[in-house]
Amino acid sequence: MASGSVADQEGQVMLLGFWFSAFVKRVEWALKLKGIEYDYVEEDLANKSTLLLTSNPIHKKVPVLIHNGNPIAESLVIIEYIDETWKQNTILPQDPYERAMARFWANFIEQKVTEPIREALVSQGEQQEKKVKELKEAMEVVEGEAKAKLNDKTLFFGGGNGVGYVDIVLGWTCNWMETIEEVGGFKVLDPESQPQFHKWMANVREVPFIKTTLEPKEKLVEFFRMVRQDRLGLVANK
Amino acid sequence: MAEEEVKLFGTWASPFSRRIEVALKLKGVQYEYIEENLTNKSPALLNYNPVHKQIPVLVHNGKPVAESFVIMEYVDETWKHNPILPTDPYEKAMARFWAKYIDDKLWPAAKKVVVTKGEEQKGVIDEIEHKMKNLEGELKEKKFFGGESLGFLDIAANIIIWLLVAQEALGMDQILNEEKLPALHGWLQRLLDDAVFKECVPPKKRHLDFSKVKFGSSIASK
Repeated sequence: MASGSVADQEGQVMLLGFWFSAFVKRVEWALKLKGIEYDYVEEDLANKSTLLLTSNPIHKKVPVLIHNGNPIAESLVIIEYIDETWKQNTILPQDPYERAMARFWANFIEQKVTEPIREALVSQGEQQEKKVKELKEAMEVVEGEAKAKLNDKTLFFGGGNGVGYVDIVLGWTCNWMETIEEVGGFKVLDPESQPQFHKWMANVREVPFIKTTLEPKEKLVEFFRMVRQDRLGLVANK
Repeated sequence: MAEEEVKLFGTWASPFSRRIEVALKLKGVQYEYIEENLTNKSPALLNYNPVHKQIPVLVHNGKPVAESFVIMEYVDETWKHNPILPTDPYEKAMARFWAKYIDDKLWPAAKKVVVTKGEEQKGVIDEIEHKMKNLEGELKEKKFFGGESLGFLDIAANIIIWLLVAQEALGMDQILNEEKLPALHGWLQRLLDDAVFKECVPPKKRHLDFSKVKFGSSIASK
């Protein structure tokens, strides 16, 4: 164990997660990008550990990163913490304006893609149609951004050949989006109207430290089908 | 150093654009303020924020930044004196976590209070109190969330003032009372007394009248 100035960085890193969670995977990608050693703890959704409940008493959710005994929750907050604590292989750009643009797009993704797709997963009929419409509009914006930023030399939003903050935040789409579409019975992805975005997803899937973490689609479909049935079952029983 | 041109597009009644005013004033940054009419948005605003078409937007030397927390972090990183965020990464993470809590959890609940009544409203008030108690836990014994001087989280928590004004406008009891939330109550008094912060809240009477019109009708139409 190193001592002195790198002692803080070398302190124990623990990640509490669920195998199916895209938010947890984001944090794992950030850790792997930096080459940080960490202990992964698989939580049980139906039986959350005392450690999880005391580390994130406000939300009681994963991911939670625990560094030197200090817990941090919320995937985007965790990723920024990782970037500021371990300086190698930067995730966010250095320039303040570029950082602001990366954060802006991360917010857009959360508000307009991530949140609505979770809602589409557990809704049906008119409610679901409304979310799907929102998602399609959001994907137009995403495709526009992909067209503007990406080309044969710039494969990722992080610039050049390396994934950056926006890639990590949006990366869940490369595996979870098709899964949720299948389970929810709707379509948002369209290779014809989203060619640049599909190219980007294909490139993300091939990033070595991302590729090894992607769960088999059938396993995810089975799990999210259960989530959907569970939530819709509750609504029907009201 | 080249001439800095800083513009802020906002509205007088928006807590989000007021947040940026606090940040800029704390740093002593000279800026031009443009009051937007949200029912008739200017071509400039639509040009600078085509994705959301919303205020606030900060334009620095012609380059636009939108979303209040994104703007605040940009301001903090561009003008490095009088830091708004803590320097320690863990303290910074805590400030960001609680700021997100305020916008994602506290603000939506606050908005519900003015469009509900009876038992439903009571439930919402309980929810808000619970969330404020959580937030109070982060304050601990400190003068401000930022420590001796106000910082990122104090600025983010400005929406509490908008909730209290809305409650006053509707003749409701103030949710932030000294008995139930003593530490947060004390904090608010200090915040409103702060020389910079107090310039960045809407004038009380105008804000009350505005809230009466805005929320009075939403209850009446139910």
